[in-house]
This record gives sequence, C-alpha cells and structure tokens, in this order.
Amino acid sequence: MVNPAKMLEERKVEQQSGTTKVKIEVKNFNFYYGNYHALKDINFPIYDKRVTAIIGPSGCGKTTLLRAFNRMHDLYPGARYEGEIIMHPDGANLVDRKTDPLKVRMRIGMVFQKPNPFPKSVYENVAYGLKIRGIKNKRFLDEAVERALKGAALWEEVKDRLNANAYSLSGGQQQRLCIARAIAVEPEVLLFDEPTSALDPISTAKIEDLIVELKQRVTIVIVTHNMQQAARISDYTAFMYLGELVEFGPTEKIFTKPEKKLTEDYITGRFG
Amino acid sequence: MEQKLSLRKEADAKLKEFDIEAYTIGVKRRDKVFEIVGLLATFLVLLFLFAISVDLLIDGWVRIKDAKFYTSYPSRFPEEAGILSSWVGTLYVMLGAIFWAVVLGIPAGIYLEEYGGKGRLARIIEANISNLAAVPSIVYGLLALGVFVYRFKFGESVLTAGLTLGLLMLPVVVVATRESIRRIPRSIREAAYALGATRWETLFHHILPYSLGGIFTGLIIAASRAIGETAPLITVGALTFIAFLPPPPWEDFLGMLMSPFTVLPIQMYNWVSRPQEAFHTNAAAAGFILLVIALLMNSVAFYLRYKVRRKYQW
Repeated sequence: MVNPAKMLEERKVEQQSGTTKVKIEVKNFNFYYGNYHALKDINFPIYDKRVTAIIGPSGCGKTTLLRAFNRMHDLYPGARYEGEIIMHPDGANLVDRKTDPLKVRMRIGMVFQKPNPFPKSVYENVAYGLKIRGIKNKRFLDEAVERALKGAALWEEVKDRLNANAYSLSGGQQQRLCIARAIAVEPEVLLFDEPTSALDPISTAKIEDLIVELKQRVTIVIVTHNMQQAARISDYTAFMYLGELVEFGPTEKIFTKPEKKLTEDYITGRFG
Repeated sequence: MEQKLSLRKEADAKLKEFDIEAYTIGVKRRDKVFEIVGLLATFLVLLFLFAISVDLLIDGWVRIKDAKFYTSYPSRFPEEAGILSSWVGTLYVMLGAIFWAVVLGIPAGIYLEEYGGKGRLARIIEANISNLAAVPSIVYGLLALGVFVYRFKFGESVLTAGLTLGLLMLPVVVVATRESIRRIPRSIREAAYALGATRWETLFHHILPYSLGGIFTGLIIAASRAIGETAPLITVGALTFIAFLPPPPWEDFLGMLMSPFTVLPIQMYNWVSRPQEAFHTNAAAAGFILLVIALLMNSVAFYLRYKVRRKYQW
C-alpha cells in the first residue's frame, strides 16, 4: 500500500498559495474517435504559470485530452471535438471548428513521450520553430538557441557540439533537446505527454527539476502514469477514469484528502 | 477427464524422453546445410553476372580498347563502325526519361501518400499502380506509338523515347516514393506539426529530405531497367542507322527533342543480327559499355543514399 503523505514529503514544488489567473478552461468537453466516445463531459481549469498533472490508469483518456489542447487529433481522420476549451486572456475556443489548429500550435508547445528530435543538428532542432516563424537573423537565432538550451539545462553539455546530429545525444539529452525546441518559440502553454516514461531515473530527475523551473515562464500540463511524479512536481492534479474526470484539485488535497472513493483507491494503489 | 489425464501423462513422458543433445546437434546441422546451400546460390548468381561481363569483355576487347569505337558513327564496315550516335542517344533519352519520371512520379507518390484519402478508391489506385509495373514493356511501346507518335505528332524522336521510358519508370518511382515517405516515423511528423509547421513545411523541411535516399534508389533502379529496354523503342520507331547527332540542347533544344535517335541496345540488336563475325565483336563491346553505364548508375544511387544517411541519421 502506498502512503500518499509520504509521496508529498519529497515534493519539489512549494505549493503556490493564493488566487491565480485561469489560463485555460475546459468546459463540457467531449471527444469522439469516430463513434467511440473517448472523453465525456470534462470540466476543469488550468491555472496560469502552474503545473497541472493529469493522472489515471492506462486507457483513461489522459493523453487524448492532452492532445486535444494543441489539436493533434486533427492530423488523423475521424476525430471530433464537442464543447469548449477556452484559452485566456483572449478567450479563444481552441477546439472550435473555425479555429485554425496552426494558430493553436503556435501558442501551445508539446513534448512527447518518446524523444523525437529531427535527424538534424542540435542547433537546427532548436532553431526550427523560430525559422518557420520567419526569423532569419543569424545573430538573433544564435542567441535564442543558446537561451533555449540554457532554459532546458542542456547548454553546458552541448555547447561544443551544436552541429552534431541530435541522435548522437543520449535519450535524456534528446528529451531535454525537445524541451529546448519547444520553449525556444516562447509558447504560452507547454504540454508534456509522459515525458520521462522512456528515460532512466537520473534523466527523469533532471526533467522533473526542469519542469518545476519552467513554470516561472510558462503554464504546464503534464500527463503521467507515475503518481509519485505527479505528487513531486504538480500544483494541481486531475484524476481521470474511463474517459471521465473524476476529481480535480490542488495536488496536496487530491493526495491527502480526496473527495471521491475512486481517487483514493487509485492513489493508494488499490487498482490501476 | 481420464482421457485428458492420460494424454497429459503421455506428453510428460515424451518431454522427459526428449533428447536435448541430439536436438541441438540436429538443428545445428540443418543450419549448416542451409548456410552452404545459400552460399552456393549466391556464388552461382555472382558467377553468372561475372561470366557475362567477362565474356562480353573478351569478345569485344578489340573494340573496347579502340578509342575510335566511341567517336564513330555506324558503318557498313565493322572495323569502322562505332557507337557515337547510340551512346549519345542513350544519354539524351535517359535524361528525358529520368526527367519525366521525376516530375510525374515523385509528386504522384507524394500526393497519394500525403494528400490522397485512405479509402477504397485509394486502395484501388494503389493496386493498379503496382500492376502497371508488371505491364510488359512492349505494351508501353504500343501506347507510346499511338499517343505520342500519332496523336501528339511528336514523331520518332528523342522526346517520344524519353516519354516512353519515363512512363515505364513511373510505377517503380511512385511506389518507391510512397514507401520511403511511409517509413518516416509518425513521431517526426508530430514534432513538426506541434511546433506550428504547416503540412507543406512538414513535407518539404522534414519528410521529403529524410526520404530522399529511398526515392533516389527507386529512381535509379527504374532507370537501370529502362536503359536496357529495346522493345518499346523499336515500337516507337528508333532508327538503327544514324550517322549524325541530335543538335546539342544548348544550341537548339527543340531540335534536340525532335531529332531521330538510336540507343545502345538497339545498336547492339542490329549488330547481333548481322551475319559477319566482326559485327558480333562490336555488339559485345557495346554490350559491355551498356553494362558499365548501368553499374555506374547503380553506384551513383549507392553514393546518394550514403550521403543522405550521413546527413539525416537516426
């Protein structure tokens, strides 16, 4: 049996207290793959400059929900959104048919489960997002690449081999490179889809530290199947089960005084 | 129930009796036998190729080492006959064929893989493109005769020959393009899209560059096949005796396109069917040159693939 209080003890984040702005509001959100109703009536807020973790057993729809935020489902046929995901401050509905997914992806970055750098140089990887936004000035690019790599705690390790192929880096370095690539374009929100599930414990710790650090600059949503990880790095936690949102609240509350029996059972490891 | 139990006992007894030692020795022996058979088969294939090349080399050596062979037009006298018009013709026709295969085949492959739907119609189209690769080349020749020579009035020209061989190459190029695009992992596409890249950017900055190696390979394989084709070119009316060259394209591009032509395999065919022994020597020499050109093209494909792999490695 897991002791949730113990999980919270080794927390890396000081829970930020006081009120904070809402960055994204998920309202009556439903998602379908063809006829399959994958997400059912989801409602919860994502707070600005905080880490929100989405947890739940395999197949509960947490990744599906995450990929709705930046409209990744639009790449494949048969996906249908219903309801609203409102992004503040402008109040745009991200999943509206009229909203261009390109615009959404320009504002919301993503880091995937498996490191997926382009098979190009380290520099080209980080600069790519800036280049497609029309930035060509070499001095500006150099500076932005350095800043992003520093932001991803990778600069010291790669500064002498910016022209080396990204696939010559280790798995953990590749994942931090992907984070650098995502933050180089200064997104408002950064999505992480189980970013450490393919990494060793040391690389995992580095990425977790990084996520906690990044929330100074950007709102973070992270999907994880690892409850300890959610307890360590998130301010808010959403627990999902069978396509529904069971409970949402401050991480401390979810882990110590969950309101629903289902949440408690999952967190204490009775199923999952 | 009882039957099951006895069966189980029997199986247990069998397992106990099983001789691991004998089994491993048996398996190893089978392995060894296959290894030897496979090696023999490989050697046999290589031997054939080698024997053909050496045979052509020996038979044609007198002419291969003769510089005049490459700078003379065909002639009634075997010692004076050369392959100038046919190797230049082969060069022009192949450039034309590769051009058409690239401008039609690669976009078609890209469209079918990236833009086209994935429904029933797409599957029918896909099957038919693969079928096209199996159509005998002389049928392409008949098609070209009807369409390019008579309908479009391109005549018995370099242009017609290039289009014909280009068509012949198309199915292989389309399939190779699709296959190499499909091999790019989904995660790479998603990485580009997630950064805000458009479909066009994702395609031209990532997917195409990473699949160029496979596309080149398909192109060159198709070209190596097309370079030796005789039947469709005879059908569209290649001449066997040409004592002039098409005008160089930088002086008269249209004249070059519309010029009559001959190619190496046709020249060879013509020489082989002559009764004089000396012409057969010429044919062997021309055959060897054709082989060398095809092997050169293959090495270019090898080199390009190596370059792409070095540049984009994962």
